[in-house]
Amino acid sequence: MSAPAIPAPAPAAPAPPPVETLTVKVNGKTLQVPKTHPDWQGRPQPTTMLQAARCGGVDIPHYCYHDKLPIAGNCRMCLVEFGTPMMDPATRKPILNEDGTPKIAKSVLPYEPGTPRGAISCATPISPGMEIYADSPATKQMRESVLESLLINHPLDCTICDQAGECKLQEYSVDHGQAGSHFVEAKVHKPKAVDLGPRIVLDDERCILCTRCIRFTKDIAGDDALGIVNRGSYNTISAFQTGKFDNNYTLNTVDLCPVGALTSKDFRFKMRVWFLKETKSLCTGCGTGCNITIGSREGTIHRFEPRDNDAVNGPWMCDTGRLNYKWIGRPDRLTEVRVNGQKVTWATAIKDIGSRLTRASSGSVALIASARQTTEELFLLKSLATRLGAVTDSVPREGEADHLLVNADRNPNTNGTRLTGIAFTEAGMQLPLIAAGIEAGTIRTLIVFGEDVTKHGIAPELLAKLEMLVVSDILPNATTALATHLLPGASHAEKRGTFISVKGRLQKLTKAIESPGDARAEWEFLHELVHDVTGRNGFTSIEGLFNLMARETPAFAGLEWANIGDKGVDVKI
Amino acid sequence: MAEQFKLITKHLDEPGFSPDIECYLQHGGYAALRKAVASPSRELADGKKLSPQEVLREDVKASGLRGRGGAGFSAGLKWSFVDRRSGKPIYLICNADESEPGTFKDRQILHRDPHQLIEGMILSCWANDVKLAYIYIRGEMPEGARLLNVALKEARSKGFLGKNILGTGYDLEIHVHRGAGAYICGEETGLIESLEGKRAYPRIKPPYFPAILGLYMCPTIVNNVETLCHVTHIVNMGAAEYAKLGTPNNTGTRIVSLSGDINRPGYYEIEVGKVTLGQLIHDSNFGGGLKPGRSLKAIIPGGSSSKVLKAGEVFKLNRKGPDGQMSKIDVPMLDLPYDFDSLQQAGTMSGSSAVIVLDDSRSMVKTLGNLSEFYAHESCGQCTPCREGALWLAKATHRLTHGEGRKEDTAYLAHIAQNIQGRTICAFGEAAAWPVLSFVKKFKDEFDAQGAADEAARAKGAQPTHRPSPVGTLNPH
Repeated sequence: MSAPAIPAPAPAAPAPPPVETLTVKVNGKTLQVPKTHPDWQGRPQPTTMLQAARCGGVDIPHYCYHDKLPIAGNCRMCLVEFGTPMMDPATRKPILNEDGTPKIAKSVLPYEPGTPRGAISCATPISPGMEIYADSPATKQMRESVLESLLINHPLDCTICDQAGECKLQEYSVDHGQAGSHFVEAKVHKPKAVDLGPRIVLDDERCILCTRCIRFTKDIAGDDALGIVNRGSYNTISAFQTGKFDNNYTLNTVDLCPVGALTSKDFRFKMRVWFLKETKSLCTGCGTGCNITIGSREGTIHRFEPRDNDAVNGPWMCDTGRLNYKWIGRPDRLTEVRVNGQKVTWATAIKDIGSRLTRASSGSVALIASARQTTEELFLLKSLATRLGAVTDSVPREGEADHLLVNADRNPNTNGTRLTGIAFTEAGMQLPLIAAGIEAGTIRTLIVFGEDVTKHGIAPELLAKLEMLVVSDILPNATTALATHLLPGASHAEKRGTFISVKGRLQKLTKAIESPGDARAEWEFLHELVHDVTGRNGFTSIEGLFNLMARETPAFAGLEWANIGDKGVDVKI
Repeated sequence: MAEQFKLITKHLDEPGFSPDIECYLQHGGYAALRKAVASPSRELADGKKLSPQEVLREDVKASGLRGRGGAGFSAGLKWSFVDRRSGKPIYLICNADESEPGTFKDRQILHRDPHQLIEGMILSCWANDVKLAYIYIRGEMPEGARLLNVALKEARSKGFLGKNILGTGYDLEIHVHRGAGAYICGEETGLIESLEGKRAYPRIKPPYFPAILGLYMCPTIVNNVETLCHVTHIVNMGAAEYAKLGTPNNTGTRIVSLSGDINRPGYYEIEVGKVTLGQLIHDSNFGGGLKPGRSLKAIIPGGSSSKVLKAGEVFKLNRKGPDGQMSKIDVPMLDLPYDFDSLQQAGTMSGSSAVIVLDDSRSMVKTLGNLSEFYAHESCGQCTPCREGALWLAKATHRLTHGEGRKEDTAYLAHIAQNIQGRTICAFGEAAAWPVLSFVKKFKDEFDAQGAADEAARAKGAQPTHRPSPVGTLNPH
């Protein structure tokens, strides 16, 4: 490898313009807060009281407000009492107290000057010298009364509600509510278990009508499918066509719903959320690399949820990706290491493959990896291939892209195959050559990871001609059926490693569950095999492996596992 | 004796006066428009020159005209807030969604003299560089919509509307849009949403002030029917002359919708502040007194959402004495001049100038039940406090009127209402809360007695007079 070029001194970057700030007080604490904050579309807009309070570490409770949705201002939960400096109408200068501090006019009802007036902190911009009383008695009373109103017609069925444990109505009731209610009337009854669409069920009685779901599907998903019908207390969320709320992003409304009104048909009644172990991971459905949280319990995955990452997916993910977890627990998973059909131990199989590969003549081995494997695995496979003089490639996988998150590249790590040198600019170019090599008898050993090559131009008859066919996969297929050496691998939920998105975002997987049977993470057994074949060692941990790869791969120069973080880093692709 | 002052309603009841343009022209119609567009620019003392349009805008400000829809805000100031530098078109909307219970003044204009409104609109649009305007008319007024469309066609054919109006090069089109029957569409931002084809959810302010981000996110003026009609008369009379009508800060005339327990319910136009509540009720020119043998119990002075006034109440009003000094004087309820400021000082409002008179035969509990049912039905349901609170109030008052009252219901009602007012996006929260707050405060004894009587009857084994809640029957589920 050539020595890295000494980078030319970067041209002096213009200093970023100083952030303009305003001085406000939050709960008595003086703060300098930026004059603007990004709005839901990322455009700078005047900082709101809610954002200013956040700058001071004060969280103002809210239901309808969401950082990534247009502001509605309807739930009234974020009402706060506030004050502004009094101005002398003649001089337009602040009126001062005796101690020199500005006199503050507290917000009051114009028609009832003794009663404090709240402003919705989600939509009210701050002004210089403003004082925000996020925990004053008046603010607390406003919250109590909003919560009381939200609960009077609510069924209070937490014990049978899927949202229990992650419900804002529960949480705010504990934090800001009152134990009792004045309400003695009959509750409003509304439709239950409404079939909104193929993946969503609506309980109208639990709904607090915050309209997050409506705004999401209209303004983010671009499908104006939901609305409110009827009036006042009888308002209900409705799909314009019953059962037709069916775009590829509908399940995001379940995440957005602060209460148990919208539930996922897939997840409802399956598991109490407090039993779920949460693991930070990635979606492998396409090249976008959406960040996810895996919810699992005792080795079983119960759901995927999007994990906030503004550099990649924001707070969203598509329904296809979210529901793409069931295969992980399929009963026909490959769980046994087999050599020539006989079940053997990992040690036996790896030793056997190692000794055979060591004896193989240069050029007689070909290697087909998958762009669904981690970068570390691809790196190990590439080391193996280099030692063996093997031709390598991976299998392209294309689909239709959409306007939001789904990428046309359905492989999660195409850039990993390219940057490790497994594939060229265009994946799949070598596949016909490999087929021809087998046909001609020059390629006598084929190593396949994670792909059914019979579907990609290498017919079973060709595979039958090989002296050795090493296959690692997760589920059985036509290629695994012909393997002389079958190595059961791990799904992305069962291992650690990195993927590189189509946009060059290098991000980490973490392990949520154990692999079934003898199945193992590929990088674990690959490093043994690479050691046996090449004599190299020193990467028995994923951290060490990544750091070694980073040192040897120009695109990853300077990276260390410890510095990737939960949201990944950009690499040059 | 107090007299009507007929400015807007001058010809409405004249025999032979019809809504067609020929009749309007015979009565001096569209003279104001001809006068305005031919008027010269005005040089100010500081050398600044005002265009004829700016002159009219200034004149409306100088006339002291206040909005006749309910809030009583200065029309000239409202116009001055319009963002004229945005490069976007400016829209004007006539709010003809008159639906405040007790109010029936705008429909008289729409039905009997639509051209008066159209002339006022054309003038207002011309003054504000508006090229496209809408009349948002209440869905329950199909005849008004039909008449307006006929009138607009007539105006177009006479060159008062359309391209190159009266040869000035100014173009304007006006469209009639019928609402579908929701009270909230009278709230200006709810109206705008409805006009855009959406659910009439009022908009949050900030940022959606109509003058800046109104219809289609463009600067927009929303004025009431009666307000726009006044612009015609301001042009005809001149701002200074107009401002002499009425009383200081309460200039001009306004049409009072008088209803309830009086002998002569109807609409009456008065100089603002020149007639008292007592005169409105008792004078033979107006209400003509109460029904025989009845005494006055209460007045709802400005549409159903205004706070009720109790017979015999005395208010402290600020008054400027002959020496120019302000002092507080005691004013009995019936001596309250009917204007914006006096009623505000009396803790209520003149609102849409609908005066509802209640005599001693009325149960305040039942009256409130009626009002609360209306507000429960009309709450759009956007904001939590009003959505939940309005129906809560209706259910509570329904209990009180059906033998299921409790002693603590007076405080209970006040608690619910107190948590609505001032906490919602639009003023509907106040509209729903104020009747309750004022009724239970001023007629506490009656509410307490009802609750106590119900409790006593139940203790003796009486069954509540169960009847499905009228609100409940509105439940679509």
